[in-house]
Amino acid sequence: MTARTALPRLIALLLALLLPRAAAAQEGTASFGSGPTDLLLRSTTDIAIIRPVMARFAERNPDLTLRYEQWGSNALYALGRAACAGRAEPADALLSSGAHQMLALVNSACAHPYRSAATAALPDQRRWRDELWGITEEPAVIIYNTTALSPEDVPRTRFALLDLMRKKPELLRSRIATYDIEDSGLGYLFAHADSLEATTFGAMLEAFARIGAIATCCSLSIIDGVSEGRYYIAYNVLGSYAEARAAPNVGIILPEDYTLMMSRSFMIPKTARHPEAAQRLLDFLLSPEAQGMLADLGLIAPTDPAETSLLPSARRLIALSPPLLLALDRSTRERLFRLWDEAFSPDAG
Amino acid sequence: MADRGALPASLASRVLKAVLLILLAGALLVAGSTLYNGRLAARQSYDRILLGAAQDIAASISIQSGRPIVDLPVSAFELLAQAPEDRIHYAVRGPGGTLITGLDETEIAPTARRSGTPSGPEFFDARLNAEPARFVRVTRRFAERDFSGSISVTVGQTLRARQAMAVGLMLDTLLPMMLAGLALLAMSWAITRSAVRPLAALSEDLAGRDPYDLTPVPTEGLPRELAVMLDSMNRFMGRLDRQMEGMRHLISDAAHQLRTPVAAIRVQAEAMQDQPDEALRARALTRLLTRTRSLGALLDQLLSRALVSHRTESAPRALLDLREVALEVVERGDHELIAPGAELRLEIGEDPVMVRADAFSVGEAAKNLLVNALKHGRGPIAIGAERRGAEAALWVLDAGPGPEPAIAARLGQRFERSAGSREDSAGLGLAIVAAVATAFDGRVALEYPEAGFRIALLLPAAPDEEPTP
Repeated sequence: MTARTALPRLIALLLALLLPRAAAAQEGTASFGSGPTDLLLRSTTDIAIIRPVMARFAERNPDLTLRYEQWGSNALYALGRAACAGRAEPADALLSSGAHQMLALVNSACAHPYRSAATAALPDQRRWRDELWGITEEPAVIIYNTTALSPEDVPRTRFALLDLMRKKPELLRSRIATYDIEDSGLGYLFAHADSLEATTFGAMLEAFARIGAIATCCSLSIIDGVSEGRYYIAYNVLGSYAEARAAPNVGIILPEDYTLMMSRSFMIPKTARHPEAAQRLLDFLLSPEAQGMLADLGLIAPTDPAETSLLPSARRLIALSPPLLLALDRSTRERLFRLWDEAFSPDAG
Repeated sequence: MADRGALPASLASRVLKAVLLILLAGALLVAGSTLYNGRLAARQSYDRILLGAAQDIAASISIQSGRPIVDLPVSAFELLAQAPEDRIHYAVRGPGGTLITGLDETEIAPTARRSGTPSGPEFFDARLNAEPARFVRVTRRFAERDFSGSISVTVGQTLRARQAMAVGLMLDTLLPMMLAGLALLAMSWAITRSAVRPLAALSEDLAGRDPYDLTPVPTEGLPRELAVMLDSMNRFMGRLDRQMEGMRHLISDAAHQLRTPVAAIRVQAEAMQDQPDEALRARALTRLLTRTRSLGALLDQLLSRALVSHRTESAPRALLDLREVALEVVERGDHELIAPGAELRLEIGEDPVMVRADAFSVGEAAKNLLVNALKHGRGPIAIGAERRGAEAALWVLDAGPGPEPAIAARLGQRFERSAGSREDSAGLGLAIVAAVATAFDGRVALEYPEAGFRIALLLPAAPDEEPTP
């Protein structure tokens, strides 16, 4: 294990050990309702975005107090592993955008099985072993600054983006941003999926290296950067956040060659103290009402091609199935990180 | 109809029960064997997938500057995803068991380690996070300039898909069998119903019959098993019919035979009442006594006749020595009462004269033959038994001329009494003899030897070597 991957895990683990309710490691907390039973949900989803859904759930279940903790996906995974081994305070439910990490937890027998009409109705790609369920469907998009790019330069596909980087390197130098895959579980997942999906991935990394693209952290700061004109283009940004932020001057593109779809995965740890309450939360999140709210919030991309200008064949949902475990493989990670490091050398950013 | 529930189980329900039992036993057997075979098949096919994944991973190992590098192929995981609901495990280990890459640090290895490195893939069962799982280990040896040693690839998978496949195979077999079983049940129900339907018609026929109607029931179109039952029922009804016939004859015989003597006794008794003369009265009394005695004898004969006709119908046939019958008749000494002083000889030989018959009936016949000879014949009288070829004879001989040929021709009919004959006439006695002869497949023979008249009861002879029970 390299020091790079070990460090965040170690920190999360230490924090979990020393301060079971550490406020320092989590990005934010919120509490909904005031019932006698505590339901602890650890999530990677921004509280600000998902608040109405959680508030509605608390309203519907007055006997529960929903304690919502927001974590980074890597920290959430480390904490989940520790809780599974009994070394940290267990959550009652996990909701993470790092689907591969949740899959690994399920594969390590850390999950509690559950089956209901709502879970059975999910498509196979959004369910594994009745222990892991995909709640949302969010696209990985390209966003751009509408004032900085002339309409004919707007890249509708990855090939167009590659061409643009080749043709106008000076315009885009240090103006392209993407997630830092070392910091962001989601960024890594998208990069991994890209590396499996198409040969353009290598060319993309090369082009990024050539024009000095920026690998940075956090959806919101990237979106704001594009809005403010610090970046002209951002690649593989979570479309739902871009939609929800509704920042001025930001255009959103669902790449037409293929658009990756990520599903936030819900899991009930086997060490959960209130699995029954977590099951109610799951059934609520899959109910037509909550799914409708999530769609309104942009967390479920519309499937209608007329609305998205995206062909159904271009939708690539990252399936919750064993091949996703490959994303966590040590040698696979090392190789991807090596490629990444070659593209984004520390002095390039 | 209302109390049908209390009746014993119907044939149809018995057959259905038996068929159901057979089906259940068969289903259990088939389920067991197909589950076993299904598990075997599932194990084989999923073992191949496991091996394919392990070999995929093994093939992706390369040595770069002295270090083993694994470029895990997605195809290996997609192979494993053929069992979509199963947890997986993989580990690539270098010399000394150091983990090169894998999901888990803990080493899962075959329990029975054989000495030396195995050449082929090793399959083994172990637990994966407390769940039973199947593993395969493939070892690849490297002999490069800068790396030499063997690298093992262990791939494992939990058993959900295997179990689902085995159960699916079992259900696939059981479903057609269940359908066939249902068809079998319906068919056996229909067949039993149609086989038993004639019984309903039969019972209706019997219920609607006249109480004296003992004619046979028709047996055409019935299953053989039912026809057998009906045949014996018909035989039984036939016997009943003959007995009823006998009873009717007896009653009319009795009425016919008794009416005249009883009337005569009454007339004599009335005459006696009005007779003032002592001497005449004494004579009338004597006559009355004689008449009463002969009425008694007549009654005896009637009863004996009734008994004989009843027994010949119902009594079992036994082996019987006719010499013993003759001896018994002589020894009983009835003739001393009927004709005191008459001379009676017994003529029997050394050899047994065996027949199959009822001892009582044959005894009655012998008694009647003797009584007839005593009454109508002339002494000396002889009784005897002998074997005549295939027949056995029980005979009575007297020195008289025998009956008139006209009477002899009518012998053995039920009424052998002309209006003028006496009450204790030979009629009834010979009728008994004739009845016994008919009942045991024999005949009555009248013979006129030089020295008188002989009447014989001839029955089929039985082999005399059979022991007498």
